[in-house]
Amino acid sequence: MNLIEKHPIIDFKHGKKVTFSFDGKEMEGFEGDPIAAALHANGVRIYRETPIKEQTRGFFCAIGKCSSCFMVVDGVPNVRTCVTPLKVGMRVETQRGKGVIAMDAE
Amino acid sequence: MRQTEVLVIGGGPAGLSAALEAASLGCDVTLVDSDLALGGQLIKQTHKFFGSKEERAGTRGFKISEMLLEELHGYKDKIKVHTNCTATGYYKEDGVISCVIGEEKYFRIQAKKIVMATGAQERLLPFPKNHLPGVYGAGAVQTLMNVYGVAPGEKVIMVGAGNIGLIVSYQLMQAGVEIAGIVEAMDKIGGYWVHAAKIRRMGVPIYLRHTIKEAIGDQIVKGAVIQEINDKFQPTGTEIKIDADIICMAVGLTPTCEILWQAGCKMIYVPQLCGHVAQRDMNMRTSHPDIWVAGDAAGIEEASAAMVEGRIAGVGVAKSLGHGNASEQAKRLEDYKGRIADLRGGEVGQKICQGLKVCTVNQWEV
Repeated sequence: MNLIEKHPIIDFKHGKKVTFSFDGKEMEGFEGDPIAAALHANGVRIYRETPIKEQTRGFFCAIGKCSSCFMVVDGVPNVRTCVTPLKVGMRVETQRGKGVIAMDAE
Repeated sequence: MRQTEVLVIGGGPAGLSAALEAASLGCDVTLVDSDLALGGQLIKQTHKFFGSKEERAGTRGFKISEMLLEELHGYKDKIKVHTNCTATGYYKEDGVISCVIGEEKYFRIQAKKIVMATGAQERLLPFPKNHLPGVYGAGAVQTLMNVYGVAPGEKVIMVGAGNIGLIVSYQLMQAGVEIAGIVEAMDKIGGYWVHAAKIRRMGVPIYLRHTIKEAIGDQIVKGAVIQEINDKFQPTGTEIKIDADIICMAVGLTPTCEILWQAGCKMIYVPQLCGHVAQRDMNMRTSHPDIWVAGDAAGIEEASAAMVEGRIAGVGVAKSLGHGNASEQAKRLEDYKGRIADLRGGEVGQKICQGLKVCTVNQWEV
């Protein structure tokens, strides 16, 4: 993880280290941190592709207001990863297009 | 359906202050905030605040947040807090607010009075490839590095030499990140000289009268082309290509006011306050008799002003609900109004006051 080790003012306190997956690849992050921050620390910059032009999108506002960082988390699309806390074993995927809402079998 | 006496939407400096003030006068308060932690933008401010002594000038932003949270702890019986909880809509027919915890757990809440302290969002400039990952808001960069300890990148182009651009540049350097340059369209630095001087001392080029022409990169940012502009903001033809993996946008904020629109509050565009804002009376009540506004949602200002506005709204709400006695309310209002006038005394405050003149009414007609 690419973390700031030494800082003149802040003493960073991280939560418990946990593993999660990004597009099937195992990664480490701190429990309770936003998913987007954990991905960034692992060098991941591209979080989704837009529905029509298939342009890349990533982190932008970090406060859940802009929709740039929507991803598929544990099968749920359009998750604001900048304000969604990381949990152990989470399955995080790049969102391509609009995302599909899982329907219960009828 | 949940019920509360007072609902405060937003747990930044304004919302926390409003909740504390209302609770201290006897209101039962529910506070919702969309972020994972309370404190709003304060939690990422490592610099010492200006402003006034009452508003804790000389204290670092995140310390101010800690103080507010400590105060909040004293009211844990009066203030119910929900974080990671976004207010998603106001329903005009019955005044119900819908909220979502996380992404999928919805609930409805009915409040007698509401304080909208929804804060602000960052502006973006239009330029080719501004959508590429690596073009980040300045607040987002602060969140990554100052809250979560994640280096946002290796080399940053900062767009905007106002206070935020300067402060975040300095903070990036403190975190060990290189600043390739600061780009500013105006012919002078907009922020305080003390911030600019720190950056100049560290040898960072500040490109005045320059603007970003385009981002470079296919999937992610690899750099940018910046261009010189004349006094009519037209390109002179001089361009510079800069390598960087982050383009940090510090080009201002605009009030977050969707829910105020939804509630039918009278809105007005005020350039000095950076966007559409709700009209309000002297105690921050909007044209809607049950809705107050405070902080950046009421117009972009410093956090110190947001805290005082929150206090004023808190007293206003308590007063309307008949909590606290009249002399106490009057005393507090007078104190807060004096304090906010002090904060707005300087050069920057003049612009704010011009804007406030346009959107403030003396008293709403009954």
